[in-house]
Amino acid sequence: MLKKSHYIILIFVVLLVLVLLQLRGGIMGKLKLAISGLFLPLFGLSNSTHQWLGEAKETLVPRRELLRQIDQLRLDNQQLQLRLAQDTQLWNENSRLRGEVGWQRQTRWRVILARVIARDPANWWRSLEIDRGLRDGLGTNLAVLTADGGLVGRLQNVGQTRSQVIVLGDPNLRVSAVVDGPASGETGIIAANASAAQEEGMVDLDLLSGASNVRPGQSVVTWGAGGVFPPGIPIGKIVDTRSKEYGLSTEARVKLAANLSALQEVWVMLP
Amino acid sequence: MSWRPTIFVLAAAFVAVFLEASLGFFRNLLGAQIDVLPALMVYAALTLGFTTIVLLALCGGLWFDSLSLNPLGASVLPLLLIGLLIFQSRDLLMREHLFAQVILGVAAGAAQPLATLFILLNAGVRPLLGWVSFWPWLVMAAGSGVVTPVCFKLLDRLRRALEYQPVTQSSFRPDREIKRGRS
Repeated sequence: MLKKSHYIILIFVVLLVLVLLQLRGGIMGKLKLAISGLFLPLFGLSNSTHQWLGEAKETLVPRRELLRQIDQLRLDNQQLQLRLAQDTQLWNENSRLRGEVGWQRQTRWRVILARVIARDPANWWRSLEIDRGLRDGLGTNLAVLTADGGLVGRLQNVGQTRSQVIVLGDPNLRVSAVVDGPASGETGIIAANASAAQEEGMVDLDLLSGASNVRPGQSVVTWGAGGVFPPGIPIGKIVDTRSKEYGLSTEARVKLAANLSALQEVWVMLP
Repeated sequence: MSWRPTIFVLAAAFVAVFLEASLGFFRNLLGAQIDVLPALMVYAALTLGFTTIVLLALCGGLWFDSLSLNPLGASVLPLLLIGLLIFQSRDLLMREHLFAQVILGVAAGAAQPLATLFILLNAGVRPLLGWVSFWPWLVMAAGSGVVTPVCFKLLDRLRRALEYQPVTQSSFRPDREIKRGRS
């Protein structure tokens, strides 16, 4: 049924795909962002519809409820102001003591809010797209957090107005982590595992020492080795552990602090 | 040849990829996202021509990969292969039958992720894969089986609504006119 011209077209398409598959890194990222830019009008439309629905919902809230919410927010604001003042004092004290001991001073996190506009349509990757890019001062490998400070992932491809984020649980994202807690300091690597990924918000903490004494419930935070993620970003809590390779190493399952399936907005940590 | 059906199918693929990326309903409910592109390819291969199959595989695959961590082009060849296989044997397939549509949808939905994973693994990429990946694969195959008849219904209706219909022939023939009475 196929004609000679059809075979020529098929050969052309196969060659084009083979060339595309050979592309790596920056060129492929730029090409992907250029093609996915075609979806911008639809993303804009979706955004406007969300906003419109939100506004319509707000108009339906009774005045009494709004006043109650304002009172609650005022109260929360006052408490946060007090905590901020206390934290500033502690920060200054910490900086002074670090200076006296000769340790490197910590820098405050600078963050920018971004909205999640799309998720990876393929079932074998964990990534999402956000509506911020080079125009907003973003660059590749910046850390992405939730509103309560839990680690989400890092920026992979950054376009002018959008960026692609690799999320925890994706095989392309490995994070050096440390188990927090008294006398712990156990370090390992957060890695994806297909069986863990199937359970909502679970990852593996691999390469712990065989004699590790980590316990369920202990917190896991970023270690800072590797230079991509600053130390101390919360990752999650240990659920259980198991011995691997005849007791040579230990692996722990970690429940992520961030609820990755319900993300609407994220914070990107600026350099 | 009219370009309208091709444009309808490409527009449907564009919207489908956008919805797959932006809506998390099936992902949250079933634990996996349903892919509509194999179902559209079954429709294109049984209804339209070679050009539409190639364009759908190329555009649909590239659109899908651009929003995913897949290397660009990884989804093109599996879609093209499915389309060509159905296109080659479409004279033997009963296009109008719901059962045939569902079976072809399931087969296409099952084959497409397998072929894509084969390409990914051969391209040196390591996707999230294990025994538990069997469940998303089942969801994709079953979802494609459900979506395929819907695609046939919607796109056929759209074609009928927007295309010129062939003029129906009258059954009147002057040589077969019955003359009554005496002549």
